[in-house]
Amino acid sequence: MESFYSESPFGTSITAEEVLDSIGFLDDWEERYRYIIDLGKSLPALPDELKTEERFVRGCQSQVWLTQQFDQAENRIYLAVDSDALIVRGLAAIVLAALNRKSPQEILDYDMEAYFSKLDLLKHLSPTRGNGVQAMVARVRDEAQRLV
Amino acid sequence: MSFDIAALRAQFPILSQTVRGKALAYLDNGATTQKPEAVMHAVDAYYRECNSNVHRGAHYLSDEATTRFENARQSVADFVNASREEIIWTRGTTESINLVASCHGASLKAGDEVIISTLEHHSNIVPWQMACERSGATLKVIPMQPDGSLDLAAYRALLNERTRIVAVTHVSNALGTVNPVADMIRDAKAVGAATLLDGAQAVSHFNIDVRALDCDFYAFSGHKLFGPTGIGVLYGRKELLEAMPPWLGGGEMIETVSFERSTWNRLPYKFEAGTPNIAGAIGLGAAIDWLRGQDRSALAAHEAELLHDATARAEAFEGMRLIGTAPGKVAVLSFLLDGAHPHDVGQLLDQQGVAVRTGHHCTMPLMDCLGIPGTVRASFSIYNDSTDIERLFNALEKVKSFL
Repeated sequence: MESFYSESPFGTSITAEEVLDSIGFLDDWEERYRYIIDLGKSLPALPDELKTEERFVRGCQSQVWLTQQFDQAENRIYLAVDSDALIVRGLAAIVLAALNRKSPQEILDYDMEAYFSKLDLLKHLSPTRGNGVQAMVARVRDEAQRLV
Repeated sequence: MSFDIAALRAQFPILSQTVRGKALAYLDNGATTQKPEAVMHAVDAYYRECNSNVHRGAHYLSDEATTRFENARQSVADFVNASREEIIWTRGTTESINLVASCHGASLKAGDEVIISTLEHHSNIVPWQMACERSGATLKVIPMQPDGSLDLAAYRALLNERTRIVAVTHVSNALGTVNPVADMIRDAKAVGAATLLDGAQAVSHFNIDVRALDCDFYAFSGHKLFGPTGIGVLYGRKELLEAMPPWLGGGEMIETVSFERSTWNRLPYKFEAGTPNIAGAIGLGAAIDWLRGQDRSALAAHEAELLHDATARAEAFEGMRLIGTAPGKVAVLSFLLDGAHPHDVGQLLDQQGVAVRTGHHCTMPLMDCLGIPGTVRASFSIYNDSTDIERLFNALEKVKSFL
């Protein structure tokens, strides 16, 4: 398995719970954005040859690529995302903290809206606002749907 | 007339609010301008006092609505120095250009050529691509120089007896370049081509005189001229409008209808099928009346000063690269910060109450030509002040600390 799957901390050492905990302590926008950008920096980069048309996520002002691999034996989807913008990278990391290495059924059952609300991201970083987070989540869910 | 920025700002109530707990610096005027009280009052008064359909009702309210609606058309006509039958209401610049591309463009044939420029907004590219596809005509593009001004020698070389239409932007939305359109029109006329100007980004900055420009068509939007959204204008030279087939069919645009055939209404109604955006037209008329009541040369001098000061700050700002530095441009600062994605810059500015636009600005071919994915664009208007510039650059200093 490629290192951008196996070495991603998201869904292993950095989970949705941990993201929620950490962000809960941050009370102003600057701290939150610095945290989100730092999360993005922990996201392993995708090699350029994988930044192809079919991995391109539409609906983003910045360029976003998403790739996944299904491990049948483990029944887990491995996800990897890359973007040329720091904040979108960070948001992608937040999504991966929740969805990476989960089974297709777990992905479909995951309540993303509740997760975003808890993060208070709906107010500060609306997922519908051109940052492509919604499109990213939809792409992952489509893949999960195909596999269940 | 003297110019009092505080008094002017007071007429735009939206500007005094705080966003995300910070004072608003609205620098996205290229996308849309804010509305003065006079415009909101005119729209409100129409609905409260005389809401009714125009040109139809045999009653008092309809007469009053029709009067206000047609007075607005006269205001537009006076504003651009046209006659009222040459002023057609549309939904905006995009619709105005589509109307011309469809109706005047209906006479295009295989082998004909249409000229646009590298600076065009998608709205002045796609309708012509569609018209060329329908007719077999060819689209030619005027190249640009590195500072964002058009290559006029290359333009003149493109002109020939096959050129049917020259459609160019008066002012570039992405860079602020003001094109030398009067000269360009003269050259186009010399080969017998019709001319259209996309005036969306010009009308709020300086006076427009379609007779002096000698253009055949001039398109602009109300909402970029302190008026409501959903209303726009197409000026067309009378002879060309008369010769064009109608566009949308329906009510108002006809003279007589039978099941065998219909005949068309006179100008401008021939191009205004269906109930128009009455409130929008009245609001735009109010915006123009309001603007004509201001000292426009003082407003232009104020905008020039803002651009001068902002450019000086930009040139001293480490890591900032200005995109588009054509002499005489309008008050638009398009830029990149070293190593920063425009989208990140925009979001971090937004958190600090500074509203800008980021991205390709609906000018993808221009961005390709510049070899960049997009820019951050701060676009100024008459009600911006030195505090807005201060807020922008202070916020940009903070943005740098994130990168």
